[in-house]
Amino acid sequence: MLLDWGYVAVFAIVGAILAALPLLVIWLIAPRSAYPQKLETYESGVPTIGQAWSQFNVRYYLFSLVFVVFDVEIIYLYPWAVVARSGGALAFVEILIFLVILTLGLVYAWRKGALEWV
Amino acid sequence: MSGEAIAFYVLAAVTLGSGVVVVTSPNVVHSAVALVPTFLGVTGIYVLLSAEFVAVIQVLIYAGAITVLILFVIMLTEGGTGIRARQRNEQGAIGAAVAAAMAGLLIAVAVRTPWARLPGTLPTYTPGAIGQSFLGPNLLVFEGTSVVLLVSLVGAIVIARKEE
Repeated sequence: MLLDWGYVAVFAIVGAILAALPLLVIWLIAPRSAYPQKLETYESGVPTIGQAWSQFNVRYYLFSLVFVVFDVEIIYLYPWAVVARSGGALAFVEILIFLVILTLGLVYAWRKGALEWV
Repeated sequence: MSGEAIAFYVLAAVTLGSGVVVVTSPNVVHSAVALVPTFLGVTGIYVLLSAEFVAVIQVLIYAGAITVLILFVIMLTEGGTGIRARQRNEQGAIGAAVAAAMAGLLIAVAVRTPWARLPGTLPTYTPGAIGQSFLGPNLLVFEGTSVVLLVSLVGAIVIARKEE
């Protein structure tokens, strides 16, 4: 069982190498020039105004709260998914009730305009 | 050294290393993002302990939802981003002493506890076992959970929209 996670480790290591390799190659072979324009966010583009470090609109917070609730919901789908096939009709009806109750929450959020950008 | 031991030390190094970044980085956003490898390192240790379901919860809830919430709180706060915050103050020595005492206490507890060593037996709290209990004795608990989540969603919307 633990050996199966060895594949996960191999994938993680190969993924990290694949991400780091292009950066390393660029660092090795790219020509270097010292214009001040080189340091701009969009070289040969429109000069940027202000900074990226700014305060964000508070409306995003509602989206994050809704996201967290549905993130917790997903946790409960994992054990169900493992036994879904062997559980038969009971498992299907059970998850249907579970999801319908949570869809009520989504409908509430929708009706209250929580999903809209006012 | 067995592969398991190597994996443990690598994961512990990732967890501790990014944990140090969390408490020392002068940028709050960097601290919050460094929480992700901390949580993922702990996830790997859960996997080593054959607690796959806890590992999945760790990734989805902690590395996903909690970090997103923390980042939102920082980015929605005025002056929350882009400032260089000092992570140390004159209380540093006292804090270090308390942390050292806490660590010593935890190590003492871990060493003194007579852990029941049963080689070859794994706990039954796998996703499959939990799913079986949701189909059987805990069916109502499972459906009740969705009502709890519904209440928390409605409550969150009511509280967050009232301010407008």
